[in-house]
Amino acid sequence: MDDLLSEFLTETSESLSTLDVELVKLEQNPNDPDILSNIFRLVHTIKGTCGFLGLPRLEAVAHAGENVLGKIRDGELIVTPDAVTLVLESIDTIKYLLSELETNETEPEGNDADLIARLNHFADTGTLPAAGAAMPKAAASTPPPRPEIFLSPETEPEVTPEPEPEPEEPKAPAAAAKPPSAPKSQAVQAAAPAQDAGAKADPHARNEAKESTVAAQTIRVNVELLENLMTLVSELVLTRNQLLQMVRGKDDSEFTVPLQRLSHITTDLQEGVMKTRMQPIGNAWAKLPRIVRDLALEMGKKIDLQMIGADTELDRQVLELIKDPLTHMVRNSADHGLEDIQGRRDVGKPETGTVTLNAYHEGGHIIIEISDDGRGLNVPRIKEKALANGIVSEGELESMSDQQIHQFIFKAGFSTAEKVTSVSGRGVGMDVVRTNIEKIGGTVELKSVEGRGSTFIIKIPLTLAIVSALIVESGGERFAIPQISVLELVRASSNSEHSIERIHDTPVLRLRNRLLPLVTLKKILGLDEAAESDVDEEAFIVVAQVGTYSFGIIVDRVFDTEEIVVKPVAPILRDLSLFSGNTILGDGSVIMILDPNGIATRTGEITVGGQQGVESKAKSESTDRETTSMLVFRAGGNEVRAVPLALVARLEEIDVESIEYSNGRPLVQYRGKLMPLVFIDGAYQMKSEGRQPTLVFQDRERTMGLVVDEIVDIVDDVLNVELTADRDGLVGSAVVDGKATDLIDAGYYLELAFSDWFGKEEATGEKKKVLLVDDSPFFRNLLTPMLSVSGFKVTSVESAEQAIELKNNGATFDAIISDIEMPGMNGFEFAESLQNDEAWGEVPIIALSSHTSEEDFERGRRAGFSDYVAKFDRDALVSTLIQTLAAV
Amino acid sequence: MSDKNALVPSSDRHSALDLGGSTKDFVTATIGKQMFGIPVLTVQDVLGPQRITRIPLAPPEVAGSLNLRGRIVTAIDVRKRLGLRNKEVEDPGMSIVVDQGGELYSLMVDQVGEVLSVPQNAFERNPATLDPRWREFSDGIFRLEKNLLVILDVTRLLDFAGSVKQAG
Repeated sequence: MDDLLSEFLTETSESLSTLDVELVKLEQNPNDPDILSNIFRLVHTIKGTCGFLGLPRLEAVAHAGENVLGKIRDGELIVTPDAVTLVLESIDTIKYLLSELETNETEPEGNDADLIARLNHFADTGTLPAAGAAMPKAAASTPPPRPEIFLSPETEPEVTPEPEPEPEEPKAPAAAAKPPSAPKSQAVQAAAPAQDAGAKADPHARNEAKESTVAAQTIRVNVELLENLMTLVSELVLTRNQLLQMVRGKDDSEFTVPLQRLSHITTDLQEGVMKTRMQPIGNAWAKLPRIVRDLALEMGKKIDLQMIGADTELDRQVLELIKDPLTHMVRNSADHGLEDIQGRRDVGKPETGTVTLNAYHEGGHIIIEISDDGRGLNVPRIKEKALANGIVSEGELESMSDQQIHQFIFKAGFSTAEKVTSVSGRGVGMDVVRTNIEKIGGTVELKSVEGRGSTFIIKIPLTLAIVSALIVESGGERFAIPQISVLELVRASSNSEHSIERIHDTPVLRLRNRLLPLVTLKKILGLDEAAESDVDEEAFIVVAQVGTYSFGIIVDRVFDTEEIVVKPVAPILRDLSLFSGNTILGDGSVIMILDPNGIATRTGEITVGGQQGVESKAKSESTDRETTSMLVFRAGGNEVRAVPLALVARLEEIDVESIEYSNGRPLVQYRGKLMPLVFIDGAYQMKSEGRQPTLVFQDRERTMGLVVDEIVDIVDDVLNVELTADRDGLVGSAVVDGKATDLIDAGYYLELAFSDWFGKEEATGEKKKVLLVDDSPFFRNLLTPMLSVSGFKVTSVESAEQAIELKNNGATFDAIISDIEMPGMNGFEFAESLQNDEAWGEVPIIALSSHTSEEDFERGRRAGFSDYVAKFDRDALVSTLIQTLAAV
Repeated sequence: MSDKNALVPSSDRHSALDLGGSTKDFVTATIGKQMFGIPVLTVQDVLGPQRITRIPLAPPEVAGSLNLRGRIVTAIDVRKRLGLRNKEVEDPGMSIVVDQGGELYSLMVDQVGEVLSVPQNAFERNPATLDPRWREFSDGIFRLEKNLLVILDVTRLLDFAGSVKQAG
């Protein structure tokens, strides 16, 4: 059944029971205004709810009843038994309609014109119409025409022991569907003795008999009682844990078995009590369709609200707390997010915009996604606004990724709505939303694609009462870190692959190709008084995430995870933002719960997340200083060598024993093919046994393995080739990660492997001639051999001017690959200058750049580039080149 | 009229004898040599030495927190709060647990003594010359036969925000 409807039924049948009692009271004390206004209010509420739910028949009856009551309340009519009977009758009709609603979920056919007429007549004249006059002296009589007959008979509680005692027979066909209904005769018999039972006991008994089955299955319990139960269960869990800890390690304890039972029961009890607090998230959504509808009307939009996973359950306390943020976010999506009808038509979207709510469970958390297919966040406007509000400087903005800029909407007083509407745009909003969600230990993330919409992802714990936490130790004290914000644990030591490095005393950790800022828990907690034991020989790092900002917390030890009951800290400690609460552990000791948000704030990263790593791609694109991921390795000798990571297809370890020789050249079977192995130089000696690390380079269907001694690291660094080597196989030397490093020429090795192996690519047909324009010697050296291997005849020049000189000298090419950023004439200018050129006008030009945003693309196209390839995307370059040439 | 009894309200006159009406009950505690009293009705528990968890970054007077039958109690080092020097001998001491606005606090003292019923008429207001810090936390003094009983104002003692304001 519809939740709303069942809630309505429960509530209304409760009101009706009250009404019955109240009406009888009123009859006895006709002049008590309190009772009267109470009755009036109850009927009024029922009427109002019916109207809201679209139940016209119910509403009509309630309305007529309310009319009479209104007149009585206003003193125009006086309370007479007749009046009460009439009102009771209307209430009985309401009950009848409700029971029909309960079984069929719709109002029954027909109308109550007769009753309404009598009610109205009474309201107007204060007397009963003639037709009805025959009817009642007391409620126990049998009113003629309507099926309400059945309502009056059963009076004595004794006649109602049958499971479904309502004699529903007189009712319409629907009654037949109700299986266990009492036989008619029985009901009639029951009715007979009831006749003289007197009207006084009547309402109450009737009430019992007519108890809605929906209402009977649920009871209302004070929330406080549930909260108390929860607290008690939490205590029980803690005590159980304590007991378990005491018995642990004593195998033969006589307590073991009963304790185990106790433990199971406690767990079941905990789950049970938790369930009593669980409510479907749909409850928090119930109002949304209406809000969205109103909003759509007001804004002249067409909005389709999709709600997925409304039955996902979560703790009611959490539910209460996210209700408002959710409503706010949905409003935001509908108001700011979606375009109006015209706007949507203009960009070729369907007129109806969609706002989707999606809730689901994921590992002890609830994820709620709110997405719209609207215009997405307007980055330029956010930038403008951020500048205007003085949140950032222009310089800072320059180096920020879109993702980071999006985060500004979570700042206080930040609204980019052009005008303040009645729904949103007042600048109080997302910051409050975020604060509220973080208050309950949740997180909000935001994804937005301009023109395609935004998605907010809220992650909240299932319950606030019991959370899973990681117990760590720092400075001799133990602390709990909520599991929700822990991403992973890293063990760092000076001789493992993860070691803590320092930038001017600031510890950082390299983790999967990005730098993770670290905080030392001891230090921020002021527990480090002892000594500058800053060596950090061995440390555990808890990688935590707050929003999009991740950072590492250095701790001394990591224990287990434990289910803890979060208790608020004493008021005198409330201003300690680093703690979100405290708890008692299984061993009975008190322990503070760390608040990762507080720690993040402490470390200076306030709300603008994603500064580090997470969006490393975006970062490398948006910074002026282009960094390149380099794979650093050792091969033959102590010096380190590097190769751009983008050129390496895979890293493998090859068992030396699996190496075979063919024609004196080493090769291995690799992924069903033969892969030639090459060495860094002729003098290289492989290990005699064990596994040999190998860099696998791939060039379309060919793969080659470069055997190395050791893969040292992956470094993101600005690549600056300082010495050009004259040795084969080397591009030059560069400072990588502070060390002079030889950059190897992958192309050389490819050639080495394949020219010897497959025989030189004899010019089968004419080789296509390609002109490569790039100011960086590194790229020229890198790309030239690579393209050669791919079967092109490459000429490389270091500037656009040189290229034009070549053109003037009458050189011809099949394609041009050009860098964008070059000293002197840049790529765009170069392309533009060629656009209408006689000689080279038709030659396709491929742009090569690390700037691959949509705007760059567009600009490139306008300038006359036929395609745009990211600098390190080797495969894309070759395939683009082939396609482009094929198209010509 | 010049009778010295007239200086005392009649109800207090026989207070020494009348235990029901005009005496007050205090749990006594000593810190150093000074005796303190805490109104008996505010006291929940008296504890021996406890395992206390330190709370980093908390005010220095907050010694930590402890587990009292499943409730978390914040331990206050009354000695520090009163600006006294640390104990010379390491001694576990005792604690008096009080309820303040639904929260439990454990006041750490050197010794907890008996419950004393003291007559109202032995009450004196704080001497004007008393150390301002003590004046803030003391509700007044009771003259006992051998020594003086300083009544601690628990609310003020635990009002950290307030005292910070005063200090600043």
